[in-house]
Amino acid sequence: MKFRKTTIINNQLIAPGVYLLYFNRWFDFIPGQVVSIRINSEMAGRLYSICSSNKSKVVQILYKVREEGLLTPLLSNLKKGDVVEVSEPFGDFIHQNNQSVFIATGTGIAPFMSMILSGQKLPEMVIYGISYNKYLHFNKTIVDVIGSSNFIKCVTKELVNGTFNGRVTDYINSINNLKNIKYYLCGNPNMVVDTRDLLIKKGVSFNNIMSEIYF
Amino acid sequence: MSLEPLLGKTLTELQQIVTNLGLPKFAGKQIAQWLYQKDITEIEQMTNLSKVAREKLSQNYCFGTSAHSKVDTSVDGTKKYLYPTSNDNFIESAYIPDKERATLCVSSQVGCKMGCLFCMTARMGFNGHLSAGDIINQVRSLPERQNLTNIVYMGMGEPLDNLEQVLKSIEIFTADWGFAMSPRRITLSTIGIIPAMKEFLERSQAHLAVSLHSPFEQERKQMMPIESVYSFKQVLEVIRDFDFGLQRRVSFEYIMFDGVNDSSKHAMELVKVLKGIKCRMNLIKFHPIPDSPLKGTPFNKMVEFEQILKKNGIMTTIRSSRGEDIFAACGLLSTKEKSKK
Repeated sequence: MKFRKTTIINNQLIAPGVYLLYFNRWFDFIPGQVVSIRINSEMAGRLYSICSSNKSKVVQILYKVREEGLLTPLLSNLKKGDVVEVSEPFGDFIHQNNQSVFIATGTGIAPFMSMILSGQKLPEMVIYGISYNKYLHFNKTIVDVIGSSNFIKCVTKELVNGTFNGRVTDYINSINNLKNIKYYLCGNPNMVVDTRDLLIKKGVSFNNIMSEIYF
Repeated sequence: MSLEPLLGKTLTELQQIVTNLGLPKFAGKQIAQWLYQKDITEIEQMTNLSKVAREKLSQNYCFGTSAHSKVDTSVDGTKKYLYPTSNDNFIESAYIPDKERATLCVSSQVGCKMGCLFCMTARMGFNGHLSAGDIINQVRSLPERQNLTNIVYMGMGEPLDNLEQVLKSIEIFTADWGFAMSPRRITLSTIGIIPAMKEFLERSQAHLAVSLHSPFEQERKQMMPIESVYSFKQVLEVIRDFDFGLQRRVSFEYIMFDGVNDSSKHAMELVKVLKGIKCRMNLIKFHPIPDSPLKGTPFNKMVEFEQILKKNGIMTTIRSSRGEDIFAACGLLSTKEKSKK
């Protein structure tokens, strides 16, 4: 894997513990791909989905600080002008430009933002699971593009007007007659596995479910 | 104050501990021998250490073994041991005796993050990494430890997602001050996390097994999300480029799913993609899991598949199914146990 020293141009706190890291794009990529990021060659890289358009000159990486993590606490201290090592993009969690539904939790929204902002075929629906409304990232952008009725926000730990109170799986369970179209899942492994099992139970073929897991 | 377990410490770490306690450096090796080569379970039983040394050790450390909480025995002799963890979960180890060979299948994580469609452990979610001590304990506390000939990292969890602790446990299993096992008696099974796989190949001598399950990228991706990040073709490239020497072995695991990955087309594609790799192929009967869209391939079809691979030069075996009556496939027992709670 080839890494290149890359200068940070911004590291913006967008919600408690959640940041958008910006650097100038020096590679081409397909929306849905990941890069490996490390502070230096002494440490193992960690994988992050690219969150921005493949036409933008600036790459955005969405990350949440994990206190026990090796990299994110260091990333959160970076400032404009600091240098990290970034790999060439890779991976194959690619939208096939078919009829689809995007399902994400937390920072798992990142590859879908890249797909939406890059002008790929829009999903019929985006289902987004978060714990608190303060973690609702990119609300305006998604609503502007697919309409508020097609953006389902599932908030688990507080009641918020205009959102579904419960988990992503609770919402899917409440839908009758799910379409057997492509479902793209991204986020924490528990959500991905539970949602995949539920979709299959509700009649979606397993070969219509594409998953990306954050590990 | 909770005591830190000594089990799982390397010789270097033990020497550091005794030095810090003002004890002679050779006491580190004596402790290692008690931990890994003898049959005691208390620091007080380390009788070649002075009483003062044992008292000093006991102030901050405990021995670190913990017995299994449950065992199920299959009619075929396979035993599944269950070890409780601190956060109300369970890990499993499967002891599989087979003529002169006795294998222990160890877990490396509590649950798993990888989300493979056919895996019961994936449904548990991920609840943490095991420490080297937790991994070692599965062997150290095994009642049949004296009969054990082989260890396979094929239990719960993806071992290469917990690389440092897994490598540390392999060091302890293979060191002369540890269990003194040959690394050729140890196999690590992975879905193919490439950077960690490279490190494992460089830093250990144990065998490698890769879970393949399909020679077609799109199909593998539907069953194994890792394919979206590290494709099996890249994994094979790494394997092709690595010098395994004469003794070290690479094998591929292939669970057979009826009507999904068991056609002659699949077999011929396997022959194509594995060309140039000296390897073994293990065809595995699928242990059905509840509500799975996948079903196991009938045995006669597995034999046909095996014949195609063999005719084309791939050393292939159909792994006999063991312990089905006790839910021996990884994750089945612990999920069953947890759901009782």
